[in-house]
Amino acid sequence: MINRILNSSFFSILTVLIFLTVFWYGASVHLNSDVLIDKYERKKVEWDFSKLVNDSWSMKRPIMPAPHQIFFDMKKSIFDQKITSKRSLVYHSWVTISSTLVGFAMGSFLGILLAVGIVHVPTLNKSVLPWIIASQTIPILALAPMIIVVLGAFGITGLLPKAIISAYLCFFPIAIGMVKGLRSPDLMHLDLMKTYNATKTQIFWKLRRPASVPFLFASFKVSIAISLVGAIVGELPAGARAGLGARLLTGSYYGQTVQIWSALLVASLLAGMLVFLMTFLESSVKKRMGSEI
Amino acid sequence: MSSNFPVVDAKKVDLVFQTADTPIHALSEIDLEIKKGDFVSLIGPSGCGKTTLMRVIADLEKPTGGEIKVNGMSPEEARLKRAYGYVFQAPVLYPWRTVEGNLKLPLEIMGIGKIEQIKRAKDALAMVDLLGFEKKFPWQLSGGMQQRVSIARALTFNPDLLLMDEPFGALDEIVRDQLNEHFHNLWEQTQKTVVFVTHSIPEAAYLSTKIVVMSPRPGKIIDIISSPLPDKRTLEMRDTQEFLELSQRIRVGLRGGKSYD
Amino acid sequence: MKIAGYSYQIFITCFLIQIFFSRDWMMLSIRTSLFAIIPVIASLIVLYRGETIKHISGKVIISLMITSGFFATLGSVHENSKNISWGIWIYVLSLLILAWQVMGYWSKIDTTYNKKIAITINLLVPVMFGGLLLFLWEMLTVGFQVPQVLLPPPSMIGVAIMNSLEMLWADFQQTFLKAVFAGFFFGCFLGFSVAILVEKVPFLQRGLLPLGNLASALPIVGVAPIMVMWFGFDWHSKAAVVILMTFFPMLVNTLTGLRSTERMELDMMHSYAANYWQMLFKVRLPNALPFIFNALKINSTLALIGAIVAEFFGTPIVGMGFRISTEIGRMNVDVVWASIAVAALSGSFFYALLALIERQITGWHPSFRAS
Repeated sequence: MINRILNSSFFSILTVLIFLTVFWYGASVHLNSDVLIDKYERKKVEWDFSKLVNDSWSMKRPIMPAPHQIFFDMKKSIFDQKITSKRSLVYHSWVTISSTLVGFAMGSFLGILLAVGIVHVPTLNKSVLPWIIASQTIPILALAPMIIVVLGAFGITGLLPKAIISAYLCFFPIAIGMVKGLRSPDLMHLDLMKTYNATKTQIFWKLRRPASVPFLFASFKVSIAISLVGAIVGELPAGARAGLGARLLTGSYYGQTVQIWSALLVASLLAGMLVFLMTFLESSVKKRMGSEI
Repeated sequence: MSSNFPVVDAKKVDLVFQTADTPIHALSEIDLEIKKGDFVSLIGPSGCGKTTLMRVIADLEKPTGGEIKVNGMSPEEARLKRAYGYVFQAPVLYPWRTVEGNLKLPLEIMGIGKIEQIKRAKDALAMVDLLGFEKKFPWQLSGGMQQRVSIARALTFNPDLLLMDEPFGALDEIVRDQLNEHFHNLWEQTQKTVVFVTHSIPEAAYLSTKIVVMSPRPGKIIDIISSPLPDKRTLEMRDTQEFLELSQRIRVGLRGGKSYD
Repeated sequence: MKIAGYSYQIFITCFLIQIFFSRDWMMLSIRTSLFAIIPVIASLIVLYRGETIKHISGKVIISLMITSGFFATLGSVHENSKNISWGIWIYVLSLLILAWQVMGYWSKIDTTYNKKIAITINLLVPVMFGGLLLFLWEMLTVGFQVPQVLLPPPSMIGVAIMNSLEMLWADFQQTFLKAVFAGFFFGCFLGFSVAILVEKVPFLQRGLLPLGNLASALPIVGVAPIMVMWFGFDWHSKAAVVILMTFFPMLVNTLTGLRSTERMELDMMHSYAANYWQMLFKVRLPNALPFIFNALKINSTLALIGAIVAEFFGTPIVGMGFRISTEIGRMNVDVVWASIAVAALSGSFFYALLALIERQITGWHPSFRAS
């Protein structure tokens, strides 16, 4: 029994997490100690190790906040505020997540559309596909500030520019995954269709489309995560007042480390949730399609 | 189809594949006539073109020379009329469709009504003894059962000609024997014309009315043996003198093919 | 004669329409009219002697002749973009249809049996398409006088690159040669080493793998402001972001790679009484190499993204991310595009370099065998 618990991956993950937390507290003391000792000596305060530890875990603007400080800040900005308030992390999360989702939807739609074209039109395949694959090697996220500022100059602000960034970040991996998926049926399956004298449309709907589902979901999981990154980076250029990216930026302007960390943690939670949601969707679709798992 | 025509009539069929270095002569001067109700096995070492010949009949490859007719038509016309059912070496079932869904697939493509689809799927499933498995997914079946579903799928649209490319090749000996017996009975009942690729001598001898022995480089026919066995066969027959002589003749044919190398 | 679609007829018809009603753009100079007429001659040749394009040399000549039409329109639009006659757009549109058709011939060449031709075609067609896009970009931005703030024409970006080579080089040094390189190598090395260590302890492995996988979905780049606080404005903070971003993919991929060795291969080593290190270096690491290279390639892109985005949070006055964020503030969009072009080029070169090394080292792997 005890062996089973010890060998479960839940227990392993828990151990690693606990270890990380302990390490974090230690690092917090270590990183904050210089500033604190400096302060003690300037003010000629008597200090010992336990005071140092206590103080470094409760600084107002620590170099490295302790986990509980972040936790309380998150609690304060998630539960103790009205969700419409500018101080509420729920509000900022909603701003970010809405443009993430809109961008993801736009990018997926266009990516799938292009993939269908590439699979059916040889000229598109030879001319466009290499560029799409090459796009994965360049930092297209660098375009983000330009899109925000340029669209802003023409009066387009708010959700749309950020969604466009998310969309073009999603577009490429989804197009690539979908092309792979639509091409995944092997020769025997295609030959079988040929013996039935199936039309291209029938082959698409009855063979290629269902065969592409696992590939599509694999791309979805990658894309939704980068879609979120795109939305956050889209909130960085000056002007954005709402969203997790804006929280990061204001936090870094005013040295509010705790605020940065809690925004970061919320962003990570959101990313985890989005990917989990995708995984859930994937397994339910696959189950309906009779997959083993 | 009119029975005046042989089901398959190949005259001097040639097929050369272009490759990077040298062209490969896959089929050379194939002459073969298959009559209605025949069970013809194509047997030979790998690379002898037995699968290629069948793919030519199915219009999955185009011959580069000679003439071939299926039911008196070109293979392409025959394919467009859905004159044959093809069974591959692997079951080639769609993992996202149930057994019934897989059986309905060709019927959907051919535009047959929904109610008729279900009825025909059931009939075909009965023929391979798998009634009750309609709602199962392929992964829930054993390899032998999957291959039976694949045969049933070829039977759903009732083609006169069945083309089978080593359908039992991936199965173990014991399952293979069972399926051979089962399939023989099925052939007896339905009187379909069957072209059957194999590299197992006992399988070819047990099932066929006609055995075509082929040899590689270039792929050609070296012997066509009409089986002396009665039409009704049992597994026990494989120990009879007649059966052993037939097997012996096939083996000699295959060895003869080798010596041309 | 199925090869030639209707694109030639369309092109000739459009040409005739615009020459009767709106030919001013062609009349700017003799050279322009000459260049504009050459594609018409090419179309006539193909229409009346279809076999011309059956040979490679014919294809080359026809493609080149059609290209001259692009130069004609570009020349004209640059000469006088204000009062351009509408005929040019009909011409451009039908020329694009023609070019698409020509690209079709090149794409449909059977490349199965000749590797050299296959490589040439696979390079040629995308390059043609890229050129077509650049042409369209230039034509539309210049012809319709799109505000430079919205989208500068490629020619302007080219000029910007030429004018600010020194600055771009300094940015490249700061961001790529310092932050990206340092972060990339250290992050990958760290991920690799931790993977080797952790691999010996299955308990830690079970705990770290899911967390490492999760980390790939997290917006790690968000730690940039914190790193800037900790390590200052210079490249060290960017390298720190890059280390964090590259660590997890390397960790997860190396671990997966080390575990990819099959039981039988290990059993065989076991039967030779091989020790841990022999097993590691002779069997497990070679098996893990494809995974490790996969991580290196993923990381090459991540590293550049990390460094550039981290620079949005504050840098000394040099660096690609700094350049992008400040020049966009001053609405110098052409310099921004120049910076992005440099980032794109360095990203794909870095990736290509890694892919080349991978090919050299893991050429035995099935994924490299021609199908």
